[in-house]
Amino acid sequence: MPAQPYGLIATFDSAAAIYHAAEQVRDAGYRRWDCITPCPVHGLDGAMGVKRSLVPRISLAGGITGFCTGMSLIYWTGAINYKLTVGGKPLFSPMFAFPISYELTILFTAFATIGGMFLLNNLPMHHHPVLKYDHIARGLDDQFFVVIETADPKFDSKLTRDLLEQAGGKNIAELET
Amino acid sequence: MSTAEHTADAPAILSEVKPAVLPRAVLVGHGRSFSWITEKICGIIEDKTPRWWWICFAVAAFVASWTVMGLTYLVSTGVGVWGHHTPINWAWDIVNFVFWIGIGHAGTLISAILCLLRQKWRTSINRAAEAMTIFAVVCAAIFPVFHVGRIWFAVLPGWLFPFPNANDIWQNFRSPLEWDVFAVSTYGTVSVLFWYVGLIPDLAILRDRFYAAGNKTRSFLYGLFAMGWRGSNRHWSNYEMAYMILAGISTPLVLSVHTIVSFDFAVSLIPGWHTTIFPPYFVAGAIFSGFGMVLTLMLPLRAVYKLEDLITQYHIDCMCKITLATGTIVGYAYAMEFFIAWYGANPNESFAFINRAFGHYAWAYWIMISCNVITPQLFWFKKVRANTALVWVLSIFVNVGMWFERFVIIVTSLARDYLPSSWGYYSPSIVEIFTFFGTFGVFSVLFLLFIRFLPIMPMAELKAVTPQGDPHSGADGHH
Repeated sequence: MPAQPYGLIATFDSAAAIYHAAEQVRDAGYRRWDCITPCPVHGLDGAMGVKRSLVPRISLAGGITGFCTGMSLIYWTGAINYKLTVGGKPLFSPMFAFPISYELTILFTAFATIGGMFLLNNLPMHHHPVLKYDHIARGLDDQFFVVIETADPKFDSKLTRDLLEQAGGKNIAELET
Repeated sequence: MSTAEHTADAPAILSEVKPAVLPRAVLVGHGRSFSWITEKICGIIEDKTPRWWWICFAVAAFVASWTVMGLTYLVSTGVGVWGHHTPINWAWDIVNFVFWIGIGHAGTLISAILCLLRQKWRTSINRAAEAMTIFAVVCAAIFPVFHVGRIWFAVLPGWLFPFPNANDIWQNFRSPLEWDVFAVSTYGTVSVLFWYVGLIPDLAILRDRFYAAGNKTRSFLYGLFAMGWRGSNRHWSNYEMAYMILAGISTPLVLSVHTIVSFDFAVSLIPGWHTTIFPPYFVAGAIFSGFGMVLTLMLPLRAVYKLEDLITQYHIDCMCKITLATGTIVGYAYAMEFFIAWYGANPNESFAFINRAFGHYAWAYWIMISCNVITPQLFWFKKVRANTALVWVLSIFVNVGMWFERFVIIVTSLARDYLPSSWGYYSPSIVEIFTFFGTFGVFSVLFLLFIRFLPIMPMAELKAVTPQGDPHSGADGHH
């Protein structure tokens, strides 16, 4: 028995076309599917039913960690590890510790944001069935694809193909795993 | 998309009042298609290395060698090879540091602040401007790191970074100089990360194109950094959110960096430095100088690679206007410093400013005024902005003027402080001169490598601002 293909891929020519196709696939109740676009298409998240990204929560955690790191670094070095009075100033004050904590907040937020983005996107993933598609280069250049996975519970090789055709998809092809 | 469906959604009042349709500025000229953008930008990398590139690269590498030699001599001999002496113990090193770090700020302004303000014209220039930021930070970092002489002391036993020294004493975290270490290193790191995130989709395009062309090595290298990007919209969703957050945190970052740089001076007690106007004044000056440098770099790039459809006259107008606005703020700050010196009735402060304009360094002061206050005012005129060669020349004046601004602030104040017995006059040594001019070579080498090997414009972002990238724009004939 030949291996089950990864899914079906259909080509669309414009941002508007994929926007409407995405609405139809979403309304048909598919869950394991995706759009491949050369640029972020405004409103496509809504048309696909993609929920708001979780990246901000990871960023916030990073930011809080950064701020606490800055404050505790300065508190521990100045008020615990080596107490040294400079210019009669207190050993620790959140005032003078603020600029460094502020910078570290930003630094840690940046790392958390990027780390979070990669984590949520399951990247790096250098091998993926979509990347094996012959015309994938066009998908990053000027074409738009809809991919519906065979792993989707609603997947049916005929019905799914019909849906994609009806939505205006061209060159519908199977993707190898 | 059908027009009828939209008309049905629109409030009925619209048909009565008939609102005027305001044309938006065209960001990509001649209605260029997606594939034209891809071909244009990737073509720059895929074509054979042009001869002018090799010539520029050789010259830049030669100039960069001055910095290498200057620094080698400094480390092997000692900081005495620079022209510093009491009372001018800070001079070209910090002038050059502030100059370069300021240049970087325009890149972050374009990539972050204009992104948050939804200024779509930023897209064609943001990649190169961010590259400029990173390379400017590299050039800036040379000076604080090397001014400690034995550079290994910068890290361990941390004269700059937080490691205890030989007596187990930590850095003085009360000092703005220590804040500066954190500000600048955070700035450099976040700028690199932001730049890299923007590059990911474009690296994926190059990966696929080099693969199709049979160049497996380059495909592998671009692919390694593209992280397996495949243009999935589920990825774009997280990606765009991450990009927006990075823009959101880079905005307070860029403002804080030059604020902290200005604290290096403002927190001291030297007349001419000890002023509260410094943070906003420094930030405006940084953006002003940075836009000067963006124009200096982008205009030749536009001409050489024939990018007139991507960097249109509208883009140049926008950049000139920001230069004009920030240059005017800087001019206002110069005037306000004088006013406060008089109004504050502190004789030392008044003296410092009169000395700046009419003392031994008056020549530097008037170069600064003519370059920074007079030059940008020419950008009021449309004819000036439309004359690309003239804009380029004026942008050079802005660069020169902003270097002199830092020189005037730092050196004139130190040369004439409270004690007349310790007054002095500073001239740079030959080592300093070569080290500084060499940094332009370092910067150019890095920038030339960038335009040769990386996409100089963000293709995905450019596509997103074209009419056909917007599902609701009706690029297929409606509206």
